[in-house]
Amino acid sequence: MDWIMEPWPWYVSGAAIALTMLLLLLAGRNFGMSSNLRTFCAMCGAGRHNDFFRFNWKEQRWNLMVVLGAMLGGYLAANFLTADPAVAINPDTVAELETMGFASAGRAYLPEELYSLSALSDPKSVALLALGGFLVGFGARYAGGCTSGHAISGLSDLQWPSLLAVIGFFAGGLVMIYFLFPLIF
Amino acid sequence: MRSLSYLLIGIFFGITLFKSEAASWFRIYEMFAFDAFHMYGIIGTAVALGILMVQAIKRFRLKSFYGEPIVFCPKEKSVSRYLIGGFLFGLGWALAGACPGPMFTLVGAGFIPVLVVLAAAVLGTYAYGLIRDKLPH
Repeated sequence: MDWIMEPWPWYVSGAAIALTMLLLLLAGRNFGMSSNLRTFCAMCGAGRHNDFFRFNWKEQRWNLMVVLGAMLGGYLAANFLTADPAVAINPDTVAELETMGFASAGRAYLPEELYSLSALSDPKSVALLALGGFLVGFGARYAGGCTSGHAISGLSDLQWPSLLAVIGFFAGGLVMIYFLFPLIF
Repeated sequence: MRSLSYLLIGIFFGITLFKSEAASWFRIYEMFAFDAFHMYGIIGTAVALGILMVQAIKRFRLKSFYGEPIVFCPKEKSVSRYLIGGFLFGLGWALAGACPGPMFTLVGAGFIPVLVVLAAAVLGTYAYGLIRDKLPH
């Protein structure tokens, strides 16, 4: 059972994600995480003044259970199933990130410059986290899905719109790290 | 009972996201920098197996655990909403290093600042709802 404490190889990880989608399909549901963000808006009463959030969110309770599970899974994996949380990325990438100011590259699960508790007292870090999150939420709903809904579910069903969305995801990601990161970091 | 099954599927998914390192900002950066195969291997394996699974469900007309037919809804035809929306999503994905699934997993893993990302993502979703009539779709 030692393997479970190590980072999972890509083929195990990819198969596990496909299995997640299959289990949800067999339960009569569709695999898609970003729609929960819309459900949160509806739960907070956004439907009172906006049609987009006027739906019976209680029908989405099943997906909220998946969300709760994904949180619990993260807790279990981080606390009981991980010997060393450091992510062994490419040494060239580590060197590159170090020159950009990410001293924790190669030594942590997330960059301490953005995701440590002390980063919360740095206005720039908080602004970047908020901007990133805002774009993810806005873009996912605009595109009608995120990585799970389009890149996994949609592509598995050979949907052209999902391929367009995934092309958009990558275009955005490349512009961010090649053109905007040099200005930000 | 059904709720419990969704919870268990979610737990399996959350463990997978953390252990695959797909929830790591560093892996997302490395992917967009084309410095490793890891993330491409994960997505590629998931999609390749996913295509086989969906084809099998359609060909053998498999029913759900609860005896209902499994239906796939074709996504609505458009180009602009997928490319523009996807582009904005990609900007955020690379900056925050997390898409919606991993956000939840990272909250559970105890990274408190992820709550800022998650709250902003809810706000972004809300902002989309407010101005969607004015956007090209």
